[in-house]
Amino acid sequence: MATAFAPRRKEGRWIIDDRAGGIFKVNRDAFTSQEVFEQERSRIFDRCWLFVGHGSELKKPNDYVTRNVGGREVIFNRDRKGEFHVFLNTCPHRGAMVAREKCGSALAFKCFYHGWSFNNNGKFGTRNPAGVYPDDFGKDGSVDLARVPRLESYRDFYFINYDRDAPPLETYLAGAAEILDLVADHSPNGMEIVGGVQEYSIRANWKLLVENSYDGYHAAETHETYFGYLMKTIGDFDISQIQADSMISYGFDLGNGHAMIEGKAPWGRPIGRTIPVWGEEGKEAIAKVVAELEERVGPERAARIADRDRNLGIFPNFVMNDIMAITVRTFFPTAPDQMNVNSFALAPIGESAEDRKRRLDNFLEFLGPGGFATPDDVEALESAQRGYAASKFAPWNDISRGMLKEVPRGDDESQMRAFWREWTRRMEEE
Amino acid sequence: MATASTICAAAQQLLSRAECEDLLYHEAALLDDWQLDEWFALFAPGATYDVPQAGAADDISSAEALFYIADDYDRLRYRVERLKSPMAHSEWPRSDTARIIGNVRVLGVNEAGVQVRCTYVCYRSKNNVTDTFIGHCLYTLIGEPGAIRIASKRVMLDVNSLRPQGRVSIIL
Ligand code: FES
Ligand SMILES: [Fe+2]
Repeated sequence: MATAFAPRRKEGRWIIDDRAGGIFKVNRDAFTSQEVFEQERSRIFDRCWLFVGHGSELKKPNDYVTRNVGGREVIFNRDRKGEFHVFLNTCPHRGAMVAREKCGSALAFKCFYHGWSFNNNGKFGTRNPAGVYPDDFGKDGSVDLARVPRLESYRDFYFINYDRDAPPLETYLAGAAEILDLVADHSPNGMEIVGGVQEYSIRANWKLLVENSYDGYHAAETHETYFGYLMKTIGDFDISQIQADSMISYGFDLGNGHAMIEGKAPWGRPIGRTIPVWGEEGKEAIAKVVAELEERVGPERAARIADRDRNLGIFPNFVMNDIMAITVRTFFPTAPDQMNVNSFALAPIGESAEDRKRRLDNFLEFLGPGGFATPDDVEALESAQRGYAASKFAPWNDISRGMLKEVPRGDDESQMRAFWREWTRRMEEE
Repeated sequence: MATASTICAAAQQLLSRAECEDLLYHEAALLDDWQLDEWFALFAPGATYDVPQAGAADDISSAEALFYIADDYDRLRYRVERLKSPMAHSEWPRSDTARIIGNVRVLGVNEAGVQVRCTYVCYRSKNNVTDTFIGHCLYTLIGEPGAIRIASKRVMLDVNSLRPQGRVSIIL
């Protein structure tokens, strides 16, 4: 499926960005080429901050989870003192994985192959009979678990970077940091991942999921059946209200390739927007949640947290959609036309059982592999990917929508253009 | 769980394995034929249908953990309604499916009904790609032979993850 790739830089190879004319095109080779896939590994995934996990996944010292981040198996863990680490999950001896369960609690990691073991701070901890190895074997740290070069966190979101010289996470996040703040502030007790990771895959290029995750344009069309269901549950909602100024969604460029759409959707939000199907009980519960928010962060910020919906993309592959529930997803290509997705539900620590139930119901109605919406997104992405086989004769995607507007809306495509400009900058960097 | 000696006292009679198998095979045939209204009619009012995440424990609760699907009766009714629409893009054009049900065991009876477990394999073919779903199902059945209804159906996926299947847009 690989398409020939021009190794040297050539203007307009991947995108056409005609700001004056209001035309933006993306070449479909960017989704199919084996060489683009390989270059993305070195130019993007080995240079950018990648989400590894949320602090709540490691509630206690010695907790760990294992997962694949940026094409490498890693261990995200806390040591005996509670410090957070990310190690490459490969034995310094001859390579076997030292942790083979998805999660657990471990004081040490013992490799099952020849039995080398490592303290959970990564230190080599095997005693060998005298004379087997030199006396100072491993004293220089050379047989400790290899550490991912950089690990930093922002509001309990942990990111790694395979580039030792990358800028600090907070600098990299630019305007996206403020959006993480908005979610972190949902609760006075912090936020937590609920009940594990949804691990699934999509037979499409990973960048299609970036675009889809904050694509306000497709919602009404692709998800007609979801909205049909929603309209039943929200009963007396007046559909013409969607056009009201207070509900209009706008697109925001947050810098460094990060972008967001923010507006107000008709669905219920467990953090602050009730719907008729939740009844009097739900209405009261939500009012309580909002009152706590207002008291803690002030009425203006509370209104933004409670009553605005936002879809955030942090370059390259982190999505946080704070919509009818909060989903965090990250995804990595395993081939030009294949990605693995890890998707999480994020929720306030200590919310009531009823609030939690409404949240999970809301999540499942729209999101995830069995929801009323996500599978149709998957179908759209896979369908587009199949279409790109014709890229020789139909080479360009159009994402010009709203390009000449001063203030682009959420159903325009400015957020995608922000992504593609950064993607191109990195792919073309000398 | 109630034992055989308490069955007579319970409102629900224990069903034979053959009776349960008949129902499960019939159910599988309805799904393979996309006769979704007839399939939904097998469910008693108030019934539930859920699919926990791959690798979850049999007794996991959807009030606490993230599932793929946790339908109450109303949401299940809408799932059926949605799947009948050509606007359910993931299942239009419709997948071809074949379900194989085996290892049917009647585990016993309790206040909720007769507890039945089976193993299944479900092949789904769409866009010239065939995916395989493998696992076991846990049923609560109520009623009498000839008029058995499903009070709950839980589909467990005995796979590590939804890779490569990607989605559970058919009813398993
Ligand atoms: S590979 Fe781990 S001990 Fe040999
Ligand atoms: Fe979508």
